[in-house]
Amino acid sequence: MADPVTAEPEAPIAAVLQADGLTKRYGDREALRDVSLSAGRGELVAVIGPNGAGKTTLLSILAGIQPPDSGSVSRAPEEIGWVPQQAAVYGKLTVRENIELFARLERVDDPAATVDRMLDLTGLRDRADDQVGELSGGNRQRVNIAVGLLGGQPVLLLDEPSAALDPRQRQRVWEFILSLAEAGTTVVYSTHNIQEAERHAQRVLVLADGELLFSGSPRELERAVERERGPVERGDFEEAFVAFLRQRGH
Amino acid sequence: MRWLLLKDLRILRRSPLLVGLLVLYPVVIATLIGFALSRGPDKPQVAFVSLVPESAQEIELGGERIDVTQQAGPLFRAIDPVRVKTREEAIAKVRAGDVLGAVVVPEDTTRKLQAGLEPAEIEVFYNAEDPVKASYVRDTIKAQVSDANTALTKRYAKVALTFLDLIATGGEYNFFGRDFEVLGLQRSEQILAEARRGLPAGSPAREQVDSVIEFARLARENLDLSDDVLASVGTPIRVKQTQLDGGSTPLSSFAVAIAVSVSLMFITLLLAAGALALEREENAYPRLVRGLVSRTALLVEKAGLAAVCSLVVVLLMLGGLGLFVDLDWGRSPLWVAAAGAGALAFAAMGLAVGTLTREVRAASLLCVMASLPLTFLALVPSGSVAPALYDVVQVVSAVFPFKPTLEAMDSALNDSGGILVPLLHLAALFVAFGAASRLGLIRFAQR
Repeated sequence: MADPVTAEPEAPIAAVLQADGLTKRYGDREALRDVSLSAGRGELVAVIGPNGAGKTTLLSILAGIQPPDSGSVSRAPEEIGWVPQQAAVYGKLTVRENIELFARLERVDDPAATVDRMLDLTGLRDRADDQVGELSGGNRQRVNIAVGLLGGQPVLLLDEPSAALDPRQRQRVWEFILSLAEAGTTVVYSTHNIQEAERHAQRVLVLADGELLFSGSPRELERAVERERGPVERGDFEEAFVAFLRQRGH
Repeated sequence: MRWLLLKDLRILRRSPLLVGLLVLYPVVIATLIGFALSRGPDKPQVAFVSLVPESAQEIELGGERIDVTQQAGPLFRAIDPVRVKTREEAIAKVRAGDVLGAVVVPEDTTRKLQAGLEPAEIEVFYNAEDPVKASYVRDTIKAQVSDANTALTKRYAKVALTFLDLIATGGEYNFFGRDFEVLGLQRSEQILAEARRGLPAGSPAREQVDSVIEFARLARENLDLSDDVLASVGTPIRVKQTQLDGGSTPLSSFAVAIAVSVSLMFITLLLAAGALALEREENAYPRLVRGLVSRTALLVEKAGLAAVCSLVVVLLMLGGLGLFVDLDWGRSPLWVAAAGAGALAFAAMGLAVGTLTREVRAASLLCVMASLPLTFLALVPSGSVAPALYDVVQVVSAVFPFKPTLEAMDSALNDSGGILVPLLHLAALFVAFGAASRLGLIRFAQR
């Protein structure tokens, strides 16, 4: 196995989240192979890669949804906020009831105040009494993210947060996520949307076939490609990403 | 866990169609099963024709005149008779399906009965269009003919006894309007005894008279015993019913136990399996078990939800049924115990189904598909199938909660036997299915 291209130190001094040597197998298939990563406070980390690369597996292990076969994560699941790809909220409950339910399950000190805060944060106050099943995909995802934030954890994991959203909804969700990062929350997200990774992430992790191929900023990924095959058209991060995968046989 | 329970109740409250179906469907099914079990078929229509001439409808037995048409009374109460005029008409009605059977009493019936030398024969024709009703017709007619036979045999025996009494003790006998004096063995013996005294001692005739007197005495004494013998002939087979196993549950009360058990089964299974599978369908399961709720607590919450809801429904159902069926309300604590234990066992089974199927629709389908065969298996009576097959049925029934629930409910409602064994059985099934569902959760979240 080739060592991943690392454009910066693996473990920043103020690492809020660190994972070492994560490996996961499903039968004979190795979904994740010796993956390590770290993320600092307020950092936005994008996990990108082709289908079946292991993005969701990595995030679900970091979130404690499933255990790795080997390797470790520095934080317990309770210390990490998690937003799954598909909204994990109850369609028959209203926005307010969903947030209140999970706030109580999270045992937050003042559920009512937390609900109010989250309604303001998500901009869903005017839809608070609507059943989630009646909301648009974007608004549902905002409720999903709000529930993931309830515990006030310092790390937030988002699995394809803007999948299936229209551009306007996507923009609204990203404004929300960026505001969280600005407030100091470490955000690790997976995405198929390469522009989203380039635009928002300070660091990208490139996974393919369960292997971590790259860890660094989007610009550093472009430079890594340019070193091997010449200049990449400026602003075409997707082209650089595809070329990078091709260079490594994917 | 309290908040999850409240959440589930809120979701149920917002799903009135689902809840309505969940309650109504099992109640309707249970009521239909109970109704079918507690009610026999309607009176079948049977064509009836008596070809005996009106002038010959009576026979005389032992000085008593009997109208043979009156003997058909009990049969007419068991069937819906359609009177016809000829044998051909009766057969035609059977063939056309207008009636399920026909009874034809031939012209020579009373003559044969009067003579007593050969049995009278009635003709019965069946229409097997509806096997259940055809069987009912056959059994009904057979039973009524058997009853009539018994009644007539008694009358024949009575006549025979009158004759024997006449032979033994003597008396008057009327034959075709003329009175005859019958001497009888008793008086013959007396006359012979007096005649013997008139014979000289040592006379050879005296020895012969002695042997005749002895014969008369023996004959009279043995004819006295014939009363009992003929009474036995009059009722050749007496039925003595002895109950060996089970209680004496009236059919209507047993139907209530079945209706309650079926409702309990459907509601609990569907609720438990559906509520658990819904957590996965809503993608909430992984979020919940990341430290918000333990997996075991989640199972306990779903089991509690399903058991409490179904318990409330069946207790209300019992209250309603109590208006129509005589139930012993003093035993209501036992009803709650039996229904509660059954509900918990069904809930654990429902959770196992939920972990297995992982989808609400698949869980509901599997619950319905599994429930009906289990119900019918538990109701298979011994003797209706081969012994080896019945053993298999018993084992399969024991692995699922329906049969022990039915036994517990029957015991609680009707005092039909010990309730402890079925309750322990249900507790064991609760533990077994609970463990199976806990194991099933290991792969529950995987796609």
